[in-house]
Amino acid sequence: MRDKMGRPIVVVTGSGLVTSLGAGKADNWKRLTAGESGIRAITRFSTETLKTKVAGTVDFVPVEPLSAPDLSERLAEIAIEEAITQARIGTRGNFPGPLFLAVAPIELEWPQRETLAKNSGANEAVGYDDLLRAAATGRFQPFHRRFVFGSVGEGLAEKFGTQGSPISLSTACASGASAIQLGLEAIRRGETDAALCVATDGSVNPESLIRFSLLSALSVQNEPPQAAAKPFAKNRDGFVMAEGAGALVLESYDAAVARGARIYGVVAGCGELADSFHRTRSSPDGKPIIGCVHNAIADAGLTPADIDYINAHGTGTPENDKMECLGLTAVLGERVKDVPISSNKSMIGHTLSAAGAVEAVITLMTLEEQRIPPTINYQVPDPAIPIDVVPNVARDARMRNAISNSFGFGGQNVSLVLAREPA
Amino acid sequence: MAEPNVAEPGRECWITGIGIVSCLGEGPDAHWQALDGGKAHRDAATYAPYIVHPLAPMSFDAQISKKGDQRQMEPWQRIGVYAAGLALDGAGVKGDAGILGRMDMIVAAGGGERDLAVDGAILTGLPKAPNADRFLNERLMNDLRPTLFLAQLSNLLAGNISIVHGVTGSSRTFMGEESAGVDAVRIALARIEAGQSDIALVGGAQNGERKEMLMLYEFGGFVLKGEFAPVWERGTHAGFALASMGAFLVLESAAHARARGAKPLARLAGVASTRSDRKPGAVTAALEALWRKLGPATGTSGMAVISGATGVAPATAEEHAFLGAHQLVVRATGTHIGHGVEPQFAMNIALAALAISRGHLFASADAGERPLDEALRSAVVTGVGHWRGEGLALVQAVGTG
Repeated sequence: MRDKMGRPIVVVTGSGLVTSLGAGKADNWKRLTAGESGIRAITRFSTETLKTKVAGTVDFVPVEPLSAPDLSERLAEIAIEEAITQARIGTRGNFPGPLFLAVAPIELEWPQRETLAKNSGANEAVGYDDLLRAAATGRFQPFHRRFVFGSVGEGLAEKFGTQGSPISLSTACASGASAIQLGLEAIRRGETDAALCVATDGSVNPESLIRFSLLSALSVQNEPPQAAAKPFAKNRDGFVMAEGAGALVLESYDAAVARGARIYGVVAGCGELADSFHRTRSSPDGKPIIGCVHNAIADAGLTPADIDYINAHGTGTPENDKMECLGLTAVLGERVKDVPISSNKSMIGHTLSAAGAVEAVITLMTLEEQRIPPTINYQVPDPAIPIDVVPNVARDARMRNAISNSFGFGGQNVSLVLAREPA
Repeated sequence: MAEPNVAEPGRECWITGIGIVSCLGEGPDAHWQALDGGKAHRDAATYAPYIVHPLAPMSFDAQISKKGDQRQMEPWQRIGVYAAGLALDGAGVKGDAGILGRMDMIVAAGGGERDLAVDGAILTGLPKAPNADRFLNERLMNDLRPTLFLAQLSNLLAGNISIVHGVTGSSRTFMGEESAGVDAVRIALARIEAGQSDIALVGGAQNGERKEMLMLYEFGGFVLKGEFAPVWERGTHAGFALASMGAFLVLESAAHARARGAKPLARLAGVASTRSDRKPGAVTAALEALWRKLGPATGTSGMAVISGATGVAPATAEEHAFLGAHQLVVRATGTHIGHGVEPQFAMNIALAALAISRGHLFASADAGERPLDEALRSAVVTGVGHWRGEGLALVQAVGTG
């Protein structure tokens, strides 16, 4: 079965999810539709002197030793296990397709630097010459395997037996959507019948938090933590860092049907368009966002009138939510007031590299269940953003096609069109 | 593994621009003259005992006109944005907003260039701090430059190329050492051949003059120390010499290039990649499989290999034996330009395209590398990662496929 452009239709036959609300789609769905927040006070490290003291950390997954790549890999494993189990595809340790992995850039972290410093034999001042000397002893050989950029992808490719070279990618906060896009394109090219598209982020640590804090990107409303993420509300004051992972098994419709797989949704289209205006800010005319959403709708062979729901990027920063509303208004016209536009980030925070896939999985559940999880913490409407954010309480709705938006630093914009059934 | 690429008529992929900077200088002529003359430039003193290939002295102004933009970047990003600009110039699309606005981009990137002074001061102070956690938080909050984060982020090389050169059709960044560089080119090629893209900018950059980067690879004992030797002759004294370099290619469907009157340097006929487990013999088996996939006939006349061998044992020894068994004329560029990790594959494809466009292979000062006594019509480019990932590309003179 082919789409309007004659390309193989790409369907989702399995998906998995971990967020600060819990592991697994069932538990997450229950909590998301109940309007629960996974945001809490950070206990993983001291937040003394920090402006932001809350995050959507995943604390219920034990990882020892703890580092961003270790936790990211573990979260991805949990999401992949769920997705593969649901899809009933391949055999244990042998997935019949490539891996596309969205993961945060990896680097050595402070605990390792401190270990090296202690083992360097430096007397007074410690510098990189001392760390290099410690590295040269060969005693820290595992640090290479753990902290190269391909580290998490290598571990997942090994464990799940994906085919060929695993692709690790970063398009900042759009990474998860890019991973799905790469899988979609590979299946459309006929290179493979199946792809494992995964996005993971377990990088809530002091330096990561401080980096975003120094860019004034984070909410500083620490009390109560559950109320910190306030997408589209007038009193929104930044995003809340969070962890999680999403995994999707994509297959060509024909291959899925041939093996009798159940189809849970369709990746109908994807669009992207980079913004050359500024490293962290959107072009004030909104053109890149508008073009990105238009590209996605066109790629799906649809028109804006066919879009029934939008799973917003909706970070809760003053800038993003304003620009996203501007862009969606341009695309949807008058319908912008009628089409529900909600943000999962109000409950699970911003899962950064994972967000695009985490929210795609939730969007697919939204279509399947015909029920929209709310945008919580919406107490003070912003007159400048006159849209239906599905405030505070979940709602049933009839939906065929949805858009999931992901935008990131560096001018990254990616939109996915997800559908309940093949057109 | 990717299936072999079978391009429809008009969808074959041409290399219409290359942008290269390394220790040998900038641009095609500087690289050609240095390689043909057997020149190399390396620094064994600054990071002793480690040997690095430093970037040739250069001003970035010619491709990054705003000083403000330069200040927003760390060196790895500047090198990359500069090389990308050279590639766009070479392809004749620089400043062409119509084309740049729909040009796709895949960047292979590392990142994470750190402020070594801040790190050192923190590590020095931590053991003496009465409250270590508080000390770390305070120092990071006060001493990290807010914009350093953006200069570190992997995808901000692509972001800066969008800002400085206006490439905005799409922007994707692949991470994962040498494999990222191979797969960036592979995916860009596959998209063009399948009609998903008409024109793409693909490549990467590295600043190899970084202690924290030397440290990452030294954990695994992969870095060349002490005496220099050509990559094939490092034997048990193995390792790669980290290099600063930037390399970008403009890839384009033949139809798109013809329509705008662009001349190709060469055709990119295929790229294949895989991931072996690196048990003994695994690199050899991977290269055999990739070779069969790309399909260059052994004994093809006018063919050479541009090898990305790192100098790391045992991968380089396996590659050497593999190429020897195929009786191929080989040039290992790592001896001259060092190892740039992510951009190495794009660099070697650029050098292959350059040699093919000139019709002959550059000479070699390495006694083990034979001359090619005939016109160069095609080249296989190898990219065997220092630790994981194997890739091959087939570059041909246009019209010989």
